[in-house]
Amino acid sequence: MSMQAWKILASAAAVAFTAAAGPALAADPIKIGSFLSATGPASFLGDPEKKVLEKYVAEYNKAGGVAGRKIELVLYDDAGAADKASSFVKRLIENDKVDLIIGGSTTGTTMAAVPLVEAAGMPFVSLAGAVVIVEPVKKWVFKTPHTDRMAAEKIFADMKKKGITKYAMISENAGFGKSGHDETLKVQANYGMTLVADETYAPKDPDVTAQLTKIKNTAGVQAVINWGFGQSPAVVTKNYKQLGVAAPLYQSHGVASKDYIKLAGDASEGVRLPAAGLVVADQLPATDMQKAVCAKFQKEYQADFKAEASTFAGHAFDGLQMALAAISRAGSTDKAKVRDEIEKTSGYIGTGGTVHMSATDHMGLNLSAFHMVEIKKGDFALSD
Amino acid sequence: MLSAFLQFLISGVTVGAIYALCGLGFSIIYNASHVINFAQGEFIMIGAMTAVSLVEAGVPMPLAILLAILVTMAVGVLLEKLAVEPARKASVTTLIIITIGASIFLRGLAQEVWDKNFHKMDPFSGDTPINLFGAVLMPQTLWVLGTALLVILLLAWFFNRTLEGKAMLATSFNPLAAQLMGINTKRVLMLSFGLSAALGAVGGIVITPITFTAYDNGIMLGLKGFSAAVLGGLGNGFGAVAGGLIVGIAEAMAAGYLSSAYKDAVAFVIILLVLVFLPNGLFGRKGTERV
Repeated sequence: MSMQAWKILASAAAVAFTAAAGPALAADPIKIGSFLSATGPASFLGDPEKKVLEKYVAEYNKAGGVAGRKIELVLYDDAGAADKASSFVKRLIENDKVDLIIGGSTTGTTMAAVPLVEAAGMPFVSLAGAVVIVEPVKKWVFKTPHTDRMAAEKIFADMKKKGITKYAMISENAGFGKSGHDETLKVQANYGMTLVADETYAPKDPDVTAQLTKIKNTAGVQAVINWGFGQSPAVVTKNYKQLGVAAPLYQSHGVASKDYIKLAGDASEGVRLPAAGLVVADQLPATDMQKAVCAKFQKEYQADFKAEASTFAGHAFDGLQMALAAISRAGSTDKAKVRDEIEKTSGYIGTGGTVHMSATDHMGLNLSAFHMVEIKKGDFALSD
Repeated sequence: MLSAFLQFLISGVTVGAIYALCGLGFSIIYNASHVINFAQGEFIMIGAMTAVSLVEAGVPMPLAILLAILVTMAVGVLLEKLAVEPARKASVTTLIIITIGASIFLRGLAQEVWDKNFHKMDPFSGDTPINLFGAVLMPQTLWVLGTALLVILLLAWFFNRTLEGKAMLATSFNPLAAQLMGINTKRVLMLSFGLSAALGAVGGIVITPITFTAYDNGIMLGLKGFSAAVLGGLGNGFGAVAGGLIVGIAEAMAAGYLSSAYKDAVAFVIILLVLVFLPNGLFGRKGTERV
């Protein structure tokens, strides 16, 4: 067959294909890709996030999907490893050809995905905490959780109210703890705070009394901030109580779940920390617009999973809702349009707070999204 | 100043006793087969998780502890039967690699059987700190130390005074000769896994009121325990305890007097120095070259 004939045949086939695919396209599912740390050391983040995405995608589909199209979730478990996250994101973009990505449980896995989604022009809603994800602003990258810098600012604002100016810090020497430590130092001057003792520990250390003894013996410590995740804040809290340190102890939003209180027991009494509305939903005043959203989410989650919904579960819920709302407003899954619509998200009330995104702010939360809580009688009590 | 020093020392002893107790479990399997069992950390975890979940289910603590030890022993024996024994003719290195695989498998299994959350256990004799010249000591630390000492004594008695223990040592020195003397070497290996698992479980349970437990806690505890055992001399119970205490106290003193940032580095430097000058550890037997 001549070259000419081939070309005619090919174009005829193409026409036939388009004609056949045309009507089918409208009913094509919206493909949402996700990579989460559902197992491994960050599974306390990824596991609830996975549950939430699966549950609510199923629910949207039961209700008829979005804009008449069903939703298909393609989800991979990166086990907390950045290299795995990177190859899964490549797969989502190139093989699965998803329309949008929600995921990245940790800052590490998120940052591994950032260059790939930026190059591919893929809208990406991250579920990780650190400021670097949205600062500087990256065209295709958004995030739902509060940042550690906001938590530090909230803690400092609370200290200022109490007349505290000198504080000590004890932080995990990796990941979340290290990032929180660094952000705290960056904003301390804005609140007139001085760091007088700076201690670290490894995430799995069974005892930190040596570090706390040093803090206890440092003159002028008026309050102590602990940055850590998982078991370590409970170890710090227990040791703090054992040594009888008098200064108030502040924890980060990383421990804002009942598990922390359960682990640390009585020692957690009086500990203060910034937390999202979800944690204290039932105590919010009726006028707070977040109250209803949080209470509903909490109820639905508990009914399905027989466990308290953590703020991390809430981040995935917020991300999915904002993304689907953007697709619905865009009227298509055209990536550029969806990106623009996510950036226009304004006044969305989620479990993390009220979101006002803009071209310069791809998170859209301010300090009002945090509430100061104090642990009283084994529960979080609103205290601001 | 004295109270600060004492507090650093107590912190070091607490951590060191935990490392020591985890390190002791390595000695039995090592003595029986020269295999370093990297699933030892998982035995520690399984013991702790079983005990914790039984207590949470309402089983009285002493019974829960006993059951947890038995369950872990069963896991140890099964591991030997299903994974190690079929490869018994393989080299020691191969067996070590098998135990690494087993540890990953057991961790995954624990994640499915239980969950990914942290769990706690109440201290055995309350959590009222004991005051010592201005420093505080938790009663549970004494439990950990006491258990470690008891375990060393039992180990010494087992290896020096019982037929089973002597058979185990004989098997490790020369399996063929031991077999010719009528020792059932297969059974010895199985017994060593069962006992190591039981020891791991005991350690895991006693330290849980201090460290909490979770499906992946075995990694760190196994590794630190292994460092303690190597530092003191593998196969030597007293050495594991000394090694654990040295590492723990060095870490606490470094955190207290230098900077907590150098804490882990100091421990590793000590381990490196000891192993450079005493390759068999502080109390290890002189390596005898068998030609």
